Amino acid sequence: MILAVELAYWQLLLIKVLAVMVIVPTATAVIVQTFLFKMMAHMQSRLGPMEAGPHGALQLLADGGKFLQKELLAPDRADRRVFFLAPAVVLLSTFLLFVVIPAGPNVVAEDLDIGIFFALAVSSISVLGILMAGWASANKYALMGGLRAAGQLIAYELPLVLAVVGVVIQAGELSLQGIVRAQAEGAIFGVGLIGQPFIFTQFIGFALFLVATQAELTQPPFDMPIAESELVAGYQVEYSGLQFLFFYLGEFGAAFAFSALAATMFLGGWYVPGLDVDGGLISNLVGPAVLFVKTMLVAFLIFWIRFTYPRLREDQLQTFAWKFLIPLALVNILATGVFKVVF
Amino acid sequence: MVAQNLAFAVLALVAVVAALRVVTTRNVVHAALYLVAVLGSVGALYVLLAAEFLAAVQVLIYIGAIVVLFLFGIMLTRPTLGRESGLDNDQRWLAGITGLLLFGVLSYVLVEAFGGDDLPRLEGLDREALTAERGTGAVGDAIFSTYLVPFEIVSVLLLAALVGAVAMARRD
Repeated sequence: MILAVELAYWQLLLIKVLAVMVIVPTATAVIVQTFLFKMMAHMQSRLGPMEAGPHGALQLLADGGKFLQKELLAPDRADRRVFFLAPAVVLLSTFLLFVVIPAGPNVVAEDLDIGIFFALAVSSISVLGILMAGWASANKYALMGGLRAAGQLIAYELPLVLAVVGVVIQAGELSLQGIVRAQAEGAIFGVGLIGQPFIFTQFIGFALFLVATQAELTQPPFDMPIAESELVAGYQVEYSGLQFLFFYLGEFGAAFAFSALAATMFLGGWYVPGLDVDGGLISNLVGPAVLFVKTMLVAFLIFWIRFTYPRLREDQLQTFAWKFLIPLALVNILATGVFKVVF
Repeated sequence: MVAQNLAFAVLALVAVVAALRVVTTRNVVHAALYLVAVLGSVGALYVLLAAEFLAAVQVLIYIGAIVVLFLFGIMLTRPTLGRESGLDNDQRWLAGITGLLLFGVLSYVLVEAFGGDDLPRLEGLDREALTAERGTGAVGDAIFSTYLVPFEIVSVLLLAALVGAVAMARRD
């Protein structure tokens, strides 16, 4: 413990749960405000929200208030139980993602031995919520959107997992804290000045992870499940108020979590040269800020691509995953394995 | 150990009730969703047994892939809301006998093999020793040394099933 207080197990657990429950909406708000409201607007030569607060900074409070006031509606023929459970399943998946992300030597909810594997496993639960939403809405557009989402998320989960395997082989660990340590203690050609962020050796893995993340989060150009021009809003079409907000929290909270995972695995995580990787108050205080900056950097890339490219076609999406990304990921794993054995 | 026993009781109850609902519900999508509850409780039981890796595999493979494919197939072919009829076939007795037989064989094997064993006491060990002894690394070492041959045989079996599925699906 860094603090001089000993807490009981349940007290620690309570603090951790509360921390995650505060971090998820905050992270979502930061992502939406920075990228979706302001960056997108400026990239498209318009102002975006300007009225609420300085430069529109309080727009989210206004939007949140608006969503909270709306009535929860369900279609007449909907399967009500499944319909109302679905957003919670998506949100659960996002909340669990934050459990393993380390922001400092001690600033982590639970440094699981299986770290990154846990994150990939819980992220796959969200598909279930999307399928539930699509089916229970009793709406053909919603069902089409749910099916598209399932097909897409299954296809892109493979490159996502396979891209991570390269990092795991190089670090020799699944634990995210261990992966940060491996990068901090590594050296580039014997020069250990900045450690060895895995982006230098795993740049193919990084690119694969970003593309697969883009598809997993159903961000454009991979937004066929909610394609407005074809499917109204896909599986989200029948949701209102708080339930709709849950889907947004799930989507952009996961965007933040996946950016943080990419920053942790490829950019060195919370570590910068000069910090003590084993602990200490300074590392625990500076670490979260470092991770935040790196996370925003990765999130910027994701949203930059989102605002730049038009939507793919469904068959292009599947071909891209199965015939290009997965073989490339396998070659990357093979190459990493060879290098690991030879050097 | 009280907390563990309590947790086991709750999880086992959820698993059994959900399993019963899988076969009694009148809606195929609901059946698949109850199956998620069954598999999730089993995954939680793995956590209770300190088998974190297995629990994550359970979630990733069974919930994240297999049930999702079930749901995908069901929704693509018969997306009916509400109760359905004609879900039963006439193999009810055969299924009951098979289930009882499997239960008997598994119980016999477990009691015969591990009946006299106690669970290892883990309270005294610290976290790092525990991880080294039975963590993910230990599982990996076991799979790729002691159990290498069974592992490879299962891999080939799965590959054969995959090739067979493709061959059957693309008979044109």
